[in-house]
Amino acid sequence: MLQQTDRPGRLIAISGKTIAEKIFSAHSGTDARAGDIVVADVDFVMGQDGTSPLAIRALDNMGVAEVFDPQKVALVIDHSSPSPIEGVSALHTIMRDFGKRTGAKVYDIAEGVCHQVVPEHGHVVPGDLMVGCDSHTCTYGALNVFSTGVGSTDGAAAMASGKLWFKVPDTMKVTYEGSLQPGVFSKDLILYLAGQIGVDGATYEAIEFHGPVIDELSVDARMTISNMAIEVGAKAGLMKADDKTLAWFEGRGTRTPAPVDPDADAVYASERVIDASAVGPQVAKPHAVDNVSPIEEVEGTPIAQGVLGTCTNGRLEDLGIAARMLEGRRVHPDVRFIVAPASKQTYLDAMAAGYIQTLVEAGAAVVTPGCGPCVGTHNGVPSDGENVISTANRNFKGRMGNSNAFIYLGSPATVVASVIEGRITDPRKYFG
Amino acid sequence: MTGLKAKAFKYGDDINTDYIISGKYKFKSADMEAMAVHAMEDLDPDYHDKVKPNGGFLVAGKNFGMGSSREQAPLVLIHSNTKAVLAKSFARIFYRNAINTGLPVVECDTDLIDDGDELVVDLEAGVVRNVTQGSEIPFPPLPPVMAQLLADGGLVEHFKKHGGFNL
Ligand code: SF4
Repeated sequence: MLQQTDRPGRLIAISGKTIAEKIFSAHSGTDARAGDIVVADVDFVMGQDGTSPLAIRALDNMGVAEVFDPQKVALVIDHSSPSPIEGVSALHTIMRDFGKRTGAKVYDIAEGVCHQVVPEHGHVVPGDLMVGCDSHTCTYGALNVFSTGVGSTDGAAAMASGKLWFKVPDTMKVTYEGSLQPGVFSKDLILYLAGQIGVDGATYEAIEFHGPVIDELSVDARMTISNMAIEVGAKAGLMKADDKTLAWFEGRGTRTPAPVDPDADAVYASERVIDASAVGPQVAKPHAVDNVSPIEEVEGTPIAQGVLGTCTNGRLEDLGIAARMLEGRRVHPDVRFIVAPASKQTYLDAMAAGYIQTLVEAGAAVVTPGCGPCVGTHNGVPSDGENVISTANRNFKGRMGNSNAFIYLGSPATVVASVIEGRITDPRKYFG
Repeated sequence: MTGLKAKAFKYGDDINTDYIISGKYKFKSADMEAMAVHAMEDLDPDYHDKVKPNGGFLVAGKNFGMGSSREQAPLVLIHSNTKAVLAKSFARIFYRNAINTGLPVVECDTDLIDDGDELVVDLEAGVVRNVTQGSEIPFPPLPPVMAQLLADGGLVEHFKKHGGFNL
């Protein structure tokens, strides 16, 4: 049904709303529709060590000495952690001092990647609106949180006022039908989508992920998909909260989830159905995330380094897949295999499960929970001409600290099969 | 003729934030002048030296600024004396960051601009005058919220002026 709005010439559907429209309506006190610009209340604000120092400087420049609510602001030291050089040490000191001064929580070097730390500590719950000074803040969309990455000045404005301006996005609906083949994982589903729609396929839009395949996935695996929504340009990658989501939040934090479902007659900018049964392992080739091939096309490419970790694929389930594949096997002698658990909790759980023992015995170098070598500041910068296969979300030229290296992206299973054989390998034979 | 006047420096599509300023520098310090020397260096090692003396417009294709949320990206461009970025389209976070830090961003048909062209960009009138080619490229004006932020000199100045959001 269409009705005339107060804006001349603008017809809108008065019936259904998407998840994004509902969350923005609830947080702005307006009847928010795609295209509206609203000033909305945010439930949480996060910054990491690459972005927080600039946010703190912006707050200083604004003349603001306090954050709007110390319980709702956290800074995470994860990108260069522990500090590799004195310049970074100085930035970390600025963050710690800020925490002491304002009461905002600072998660220091032992804690892990911001996108694992924030939800693990119950700082967000389903139905929330939050912003983070990091582009992969879209990760919590898997938890039914409208979360999106902003720059440091936006972050500062949100820390100061508890509010931010937003353009309510259109939504693309992506439905995964069928079921996953053994050896194929949620990472393959999102890489496949990136290959289909390209790195700007959903620019300015939110994506809602639906379908039986999403319902079947664990919360860990769902987070991998939402994490990479930004890689197709999206502002958020949203999913419904189901029993698994609510179970995941039990015992974390004190806030009550308020799940938001889209209306059955919500209006989507576009809809796309993907038959997951037909999707095999996918690999993004250098130097673009949408330069995606089925694994058959890159099999045999020699690799010098493998990386398991990051906010995309450093969770317990990912480490478990790796440990099971490496049980009784070894990393190829010509390959360095770097493992970075996503958080301290992930690390502890993986130790308790015996995964860390297995990985280290197989030849992995396990580094501090955090971003690991993902962004090229430390922990495994590749050499000139080397090929790296990683579970991360970006393979831009120079991403890992050397613009003469070549980064391939795949699922944890694809990375592990490849580090065992020393060349890019189809993992399905390990899941027979 | 009113507007910003400078030379065009032209690049391609999908220029990501790692090209604008590599992650390996972003963490080194908060000194933007020092970091600006590395602006665009993986794509064009001479960018800073070419643009710094007389200023310039960074002209690109679609999806400029994709990738990370690093605000160092617009900041190093500003500190390299980049007067504005002209592209067919922008990645969302870069676009916001540019407005918030006071770097004008112009969405227009950049096929009509060649590397080295002299341009005059008139933000208020919504037109790029290509002096070299003798042509004019119109562009839609910024939405009011963003125009106000840019007019205030960015989000920090907006907050200073109004004590919070006043949009
Ligand atoms: S793991 Fe990589 S992508 Fe994730 S927050 Fe850290 S640097 Fe960014």
